[in-house]
Amino acid sequence: MTTLAFDPSADPNLVRRRKIQNVAAASLGRRKVYSRIAIGICWVSLALAIVPLVAVIAYVVAKGLPAWNIDFFTQSTTPEGIPGGGVWNAIVGTVEIGVIATAVTVPIGLLCGLFLAESDGRIAESVRFTADVMTGMPSITIGIFGYIAIVRNTGGYSALAGAFAIGFIMLPVIMRAGETAIRGVPHQLSEAALALGARRATIARRVVVPAAMPGIITGVLLAVARGLGETAPLLLTIFGNQYLKWNPTKPIEALPLAIYNNSSQPYADLIQIAWGAALLLMVVVLVLSIGSRVLATVLQRERR
Amino acid sequence: MFPDGAYRGLLAVAGAVFVALVAWFVVSLIVQARPAFSTLGFSWIVQKVWDPGHGKYGLLPFILGTIETTAIALVFAVPIGLGTALALAYLVPHRLRAGLGTAVELLAAVPSVVYGLWGLIVLAPLFRDHVEPALTSVLGWTGLFSGPNEGVGLLLAGIILFVMVLPTMVAISRDVLAVVPVEQVEGAMALGATRWQVLRKVVVPGARTGLLGAFTLATGRALGETVAVALVIGNSPYVAHSVKSAAATLASLIVNNFGEATGTQLSVLFAAGLVLLVIGICVNALARVLVRNTARSGVTSVAVA
Repeated sequence: MTTLAFDPSADPNLVRRRKIQNVAAASLGRRKVYSRIAIGICWVSLALAIVPLVAVIAYVVAKGLPAWNIDFFTQSTTPEGIPGGGVWNAIVGTVEIGVIATAVTVPIGLLCGLFLAESDGRIAESVRFTADVMTGMPSITIGIFGYIAIVRNTGGYSALAGAFAIGFIMLPVIMRAGETAIRGVPHQLSEAALALGARRATIARRVVVPAAMPGIITGVLLAVARGLGETAPLLLTIFGNQYLKWNPTKPIEALPLAIYNNSSQPYADLIQIAWGAALLLMVVVLVLSIGSRVLATVLQRERR
Repeated sequence: MFPDGAYRGLLAVAGAVFVALVAWFVVSLIVQARPAFSTLGFSWIVQKVWDPGHGKYGLLPFILGTIETTAIALVFAVPIGLGTALALAYLVPHRLRAGLGTAVELLAAVPSVVYGLWGLIVLAPLFRDHVEPALTSVLGWTGLFSGPNEGVGLLLAGIILFVMVLPTMVAISRDVLAVVPVEQVEGAMALGATRWQVLRKVVVPGARTGLLGAFTLATGRALGETVAVALVIGNSPYVAHSVKSAAATLASLIVNNFGEATGTQLSVLFAAGLVLLVIGICVNALARVLVRNTARSGVTSVAVA
């Protein structure tokens, strides 16, 4: 009778299992080390990304705030060496360009957004693609377009030419944001209105657009924020103006130009003005961006 | 109000107005750039000498400058952007994710001229006095760092572009990373993969197309950026011999010469704009095709892109 005494060290299965366990433990140890290192690198990248971005904002606030005083907001730019002076002319210009561009672009953009949201054919698809490509177009090319189309044809640099270029940059953003917001409106709403015998135009005006309003407002504010910060197109269309001008058919100043032109001057007071203008522009853009999100959330909540 | 047909007509007209504007945009640049080609031919595009006073309009220094600044920006932006996006999508505690994500999107909205101002006034002296001497002493043997330390130049322009394109890249990458199916992530974890293995073998491959799209969009932005680069690149119309050299890009060439240019020179500047337009169409079309199916389609992501 053979003995049944169990000798673990002789069992080939167990030997193999122990070998596998050893290899696995070594592998796990190695993989854990790799993982730690790689995950650590991800954290370092996050830090490397945050540092310069925080630094930009910190510098603009620290250097810009001292430039803010009554003169800064109420006086026009003075020539270098003459103390005082501000960016009132640039504020007027930026507001003027922003208002004209928004007033013209929002209706067209909204109609285009409705068009994209309500049609699914090949034509709509290519319009949508065109809009997407245009949102990433280098803004200098659109400045050139503004120069060729408006400045040359109307006989000079003007706020209108600037508003045209800025509006053309905002248009595709508003279109796509509008489309996205309108597509988010539940089908049942417009189907119910349709069942009640409403016409398409009435449904759009009374049902779909009001329901999509939070998203539309967010999109418009973001587009405005983007448009106001553009510099290159303005260099080619409004030219800049040291003096306060309300007339939109004349060359005017704008905040981005005040930053651009003053920053490369060798005078401390002009660089100070540039920092102040940068802070103002950044605050405006961030307030618009943050405001759009807050407003969208609030409007969305009210609806429920 | 008015009948369905008229309503649909109105919408179609609005769409047509947009398409017509885009067509006008493209055609007007082509038409205005044509005199440059008809009087100078085509060889000037790749010639080295820019001397408008003597009728020499070589664009090569500017084409190279555009490529070099973008390359410097991408060398930093691709790894750091990917790492940041991975951290934001998978590593940062849940409570902080939304807040940090919004912060990144807001940073994408900071106007480029603000980055340019910061680069010129703050970074340029720092680069001239500390960064460039240090780099030259450590990496001088590569020959990339010859010449004087001036602060402004290719390197600073590339770094500013890196800082500028980073928020765009991170915002889109994070979106495409976050839509990788959670079942796949959990499956990999259940098989005993470490955190990094999950990210490296499941998440990144799953989002590959979208990530490529994000990098492409960032490239497009870097290639076409104008004022921030114009402020920090030093604007020299010569082919750079070192990364510290002052140089110029196609976009900075346009803004810096636009005021004085007339006749052929103006047409040459329009041609440079046309080159940027073609690059813009190619890069953005490619990026959209890549990002289309993966990215979250929210109102804000439209604006960020």
